Amino acid sequence: MLKILKYSFYDLSRSRWSYVYFFFYLLLGVVLLFLNNDLSNAVITLMNVIIILVPLIGTIFGVMYFYNSREFTELLLAQPVRRSSIFLGQYLGVAISLSASLILGLGLPFIIYGLFQSGAIWDFASLLVSGVFLTFIFTAIAFNIALSNENKIKGFGLAILVWLFLAVVYDGLFLLSLVYFQDYPLDKFSLVASMLNPIDLSRILILLKLDISALLGYTGAVFKQFFGTNLGAFTSVLVLILWVIFPVWRIKSIAAKKDF
Amino acid sequence: MVSITNLHKKFGSLVVLNGLNLQTPESGIIAVLGPNGSGKTTLIKSILGMVVPQKGEIEVNGERVKKHWNYRKDIDYLPQIANFPGNLRVQELIDMIKDLRGKEARDRELIDLFKLEPFLDKKLSNLSGGSKQKVNLVLCFMFDSPLIILDEPTSGLDPVSLIRLRKLIQEEKAKGKTILITSHIMSFVEEVSDRIVFLLEGKIYFNGTVEELKTSTGEKDFEHAIANILTENHA
Repeated sequence: MLKILKYSFYDLSRSRWSYVYFFFYLLLGVVLLFLNNDLSNAVITLMNVIIILVPLIGTIFGVMYFYNSREFTELLLAQPVRRSSIFLGQYLGVAISLSASLILGLGLPFIIYGLFQSGAIWDFASLLVSGVFLTFIFTAIAFNIALSNENKIKGFGLAILVWLFLAVVYDGLFLLSLVYFQDYPLDKFSLVASMLNPIDLSRILILLKLDISALLGYTGAVFKQFFGTNLGAFTSVLVLILWVIFPVWRIKSIAAKKDF
Repeated sequence: MVSITNLHKKFGSLVVLNGLNLQTPESGIIAVLGPNGSGKTTLIKSILGMVVPQKGEIEVNGERVKKHWNYRKDIDYLPQIANFPGNLRVQELIDMIKDLRGKEARDRELIDLFKLEPFLDKKLSNLSGGSKQKVNLVLCFMFDSPLIILDEPTSGLDPVSLIRLRKLIQEEKAKGKTILITSHIMSFVEEVSDRIVFLLEGKIYFNGTVEELKTSTGEKDFEHAIANILTENHA
């Protein structure tokens, strides 16, 4: 699997898009820091951007890479390589290179700004951890979609819809149901509902770390009340890990049955 | 070498292989023939584990194919359509496959044979169909594996390369290897193959030598013998 990972990584390192992504984050980091002049504020602004954008890029990039590397995959399938290593190697190649763009792109301006001397270092770290989780989760979802759909247009459409649903529509539905059922106790419901969406979950993780109750919102408040800050953060990380494991397991199981 | 028992494969409602049985001899060239859509490529891809059959057992050198992968180190495969990652250069692709196999390879010799030297630094997406097929041939023949599977090896080749390919195939046969070939060029098949396996409706309709095929159909000419099978069955 390491060899496949190496070649996927090598392939991606020559792709223009990896650099576009990297420079975008670099620019974002620089602009936010030097306009805000405050690390904590910059972290909060970045959170709002990351939480929407990282899933979108993970999904698009994952689907695009999978369809584009079909020839490479077919070539590898006839070689003495385990099937699961081919797909997991490619998945890790995409997810790691996207994460590297994110960490380096945001990390560099923050380090230059003096992150290590600041108290915001752990807040910033939690931001990056959620960003990396989201990258791994949405790239895995993208691979699932691409593996199950031979038709590229359908695959792309479905991937965008999933992103749109989890990033935008889900919150709307969640809010509507909270309003509609406001006469009932909703703690358990909102707890479960936010765990079912990795984007909500990462938002809560970062906000718990930042400890800004004003921004926590209803779910965050319930989370904090239910678990306390530490247990809450721990639980959300645990659920995020499950969110990575399940789609990756499904990549393996679909790939084992697919005809090429 | 390859032993297949009761192989079934459906794509949706389309039955492609329907209880196919095949034993290949230890060495020699076996041509897999059949009309379009008779399941030749599906059969080959099942042996390689690229297609997962619904039912049936395939063994290569006594090792079961299902859920295994290491047996593929003994197979050299030439795919029908030479699809390569377009952003790689020819040399990079060759190096990559060598690295993946981790085996001794005679790529230099084959690059010389097919005169690919000037193309080594070119991207694969910029090569012509015939040149791609030559790269395909180099990748296939550079490892010294006991089983060689060639899916339409002649497609897109110029006459000179075709002669070189024939020679190459005969050399490999002389080393005592098993070679499975599919082709639609009957003169090529008649010239190189020791045995003919004819697929029809997902089963083996005929399995024997070229001579046996001619006597059983009562035709003197190979091409007519094949045509005879097809018309007899569809008449």
